[in-house]
Amino acid sequence: MALLTIKNLHASVAGKEILRGIDLTVNTGEVHAIMGPNGSGKSTLAQVLAGRDLYQVTDGQVLYDGKDLLNMPPEERAQEGIFMAFQYPVEIPGVSNMYFLKAALNTIRKRRGLEELDAMDFLTLVKEKLALVEMDPAFLNRPVNAGFSGGEKKRNEIFQMAVLEPRLAILDETDSGLDIDALKIVANGVNQLRTRDRAMIVVTHYQRLLNYIVPDYVHVLANGRIVKSGDKNLALELDQSGYAGLEEAVTA
Amino acid sequence: MSTTAPSIEALANQEYKWGFVTEIEADSIPKGLNEDVVRLISAKKNEPEFMLEWRLKSYRQWLKMEEPKWPNVHYPRIDYQDIIYYSAPVTKAGPKSLDEVDPELLRTYEKLGIPLKEQELLAGIAVDMVFDSVSVATTFKAKLGELGIIFCSFSEAVQEHPDLIKKYLGSVVPYSDNFFATLNSAVFSDGSFVYIPKGVRCPMELSTYFRINAKDSGQFERTLIIADEGAYVSYLEGCTAPMRDNNQLHAAVVELVALDNAQIKYSTVQNWYPGDKQGKGGIYNFVTKRGKCLGVNSKISWTQVETGSAITWKYPSVILMGDNSVGEFYSVALANNYQQADTGTKMIHIGKNTRSTIVSKGISAGHGQNTYRGMVKILKGAAGARNYSQCDSLLLGDQCGAHTFPYLEVKNTSAQVEHEASTSKIGEDQIFYCRQRGISAEDAVSMIVHGFCKEVFRELPMEFAVEAQKLLGISLEGSVG
Repeated sequence: MALLTIKNLHASVAGKEILRGIDLTVNTGEVHAIMGPNGSGKSTLAQVLAGRDLYQVTDGQVLYDGKDLLNMPPEERAQEGIFMAFQYPVEIPGVSNMYFLKAALNTIRKRRGLEELDAMDFLTLVKEKLALVEMDPAFLNRPVNAGFSGGEKKRNEIFQMAVLEPRLAILDETDSGLDIDALKIVANGVNQLRTRDRAMIVVTHYQRLLNYIVPDYVHVLANGRIVKSGDKNLALELDQSGYAGLEEAVTA
Repeated sequence: MSTTAPSIEALANQEYKWGFVTEIEADSIPKGLNEDVVRLISAKKNEPEFMLEWRLKSYRQWLKMEEPKWPNVHYPRIDYQDIIYYSAPVTKAGPKSLDEVDPELLRTYEKLGIPLKEQELLAGIAVDMVFDSVSVATTFKAKLGELGIIFCSFSEAVQEHPDLIKKYLGSVVPYSDNFFATLNSAVFSDGSFVYIPKGVRCPMELSTYFRINAKDSGQFERTLIIADEGAYVSYLEGCTAPMRDNNQLHAAVVELVALDNAQIKYSTVQNWYPGDKQGKGGIYNFVTKRGKCLGVNSKISWTQVETGSAITWKYPSVILMGDNSVGEFYSVALANNYQQADTGTKMIHIGKNTRSTIVSKGISAGHGQNTYRGMVKILKGAAGARNYSQCDSLLLGDQCGAHTFPYLEVKNTSAQVEHEASTSKIGEDQIFYCRQRGISAEDAVSMIVHGFCKEVFRELPMEFAVEAQKLLGISLEGSVG
């Protein structure tokens, strides 16, 4: 079943067009990798789907679970099950991970018609999820991302994803800044969250991540359009030939 | 994309919720100030000679003083002849119980969310209310009386306990202390008085709600709290004022005295009318609050949450005289729209091994200007004195300002003084991060602000902490779009 349908999506930032007609369909249970050179619009696509209002959608349509996604404010998208793992997770000093995540989970549960979790039930749940990304429970009492290393921040994103159980997860360059060990932990966490009723969009510059999170489909973005789609082998080809040829093909 | 948060304007447009005027017959004297007015106030209150003398002495001193210009706040000149110095609700002979209190007045308090009756029965808080200038009802008096605790209006204390008044009035804030305290000393009309006898731990939080109602009336109340040896008291002060176009001056004085091994905890939630979005109207809150740790091992702790007033200008301070005495100051000050706040504390270390802690959290939003001004003074004899100060500022938007002026004066080499400061800003990226996790923009701001303030909030008594959090939420609504 199509969970996400993007049709002819155009978006700009500060008057400059970044996305120039994206078409993409993502079904439940699928993992799609979006690759492309710097400035091709990968992160913009992720941010537009999450609802960042820095970007203006100038044309096109996005249906999520049959609903008009572009008319929903970001919190509603999140409550409807869209989760974005940030490329640069934001620090929120003074607010503990525990408090933050409990507030987030409960708004989402409320939307789904579930009861809010109390502190005890919540603690039980998160302790179980922490193991997924090999994190110490002491981390729950630390302020959100404040003073975290790059690797800890990325693991925190995957941990949050595990707790919030999204239907569509968008991983925005989750591999950037990770050493190989951290990358394996993060990828392992993600793989455990792959289910038949959850879809994922994995945005990455490098093929490396896709050795660990093996995608069903790979799309190459260049100059704001998808210029090539294929299976996981496309990523390997790109790794050898680079993006240069593709970009030329588009501008020509 | 309609993904923007509910607009700043829509939320900022929220009216000041407590802006109602109570129609009550008031006994006011004409505007203006001169020696006759001071005598008239004293006469209306049927005061003993020593009080009149004190007032006149203060008034004459005040005439020689000039309004201070050093704070980082700006306001038009105050015309002291254009203020009504005494306004009292007309009642017959003074109420004996709540049933005798004007029902209209009680409704005012209900609107403020402090149904007296309910508080009396359920909350177990003894409330002394100051409505304009006269304290109208004191609850729980009898129960406290059994323990020897005196909790009454200042006027009543002058009549019933003149010896205590004589001994302690002006002992912490002298009549000549500063322009506004001196003015208060001359014209103060009422306030609260608390005396906790030796070894008594006050079993309930004592609470006063101040409310300014009559038009053009300045409120000059005076609070005096004495904790005798080994006594403990927690005192709550909450303030609201209806909406008025003209600025109203509020120049109060609070004096605290802690004897050997005594503890006083004084908490304030101040929510006076801050003026409108253009900065018109609002309360000038120019207050002198000071405590004296007179005895050994005594402790005075100030906690304040200042969300209201057009201008807040106050420095709740502690004079640490007794050896091993402790002074604390925990503050959250908010300046939104065109509000200005210049607040902080003074910790004067005189005794040996005296300790003080200062935690100040300033929040600026809109065009608000927030200044922390604090002084830590360690005198020669204060061997082993220690101070820890922490001043944090949080900015919302780019039109507001945060300023910090710490003064340190250390005359004893064995003293330890620490100062930490930080400034942070609630960013668009933080809000978006929260929203992407399902949390609305308003909840995100409130969560971040609460996180910023929690060290102070946890010093507040429970029910006050909840109120403070709500007030902060209301005062900040729409400050981030």
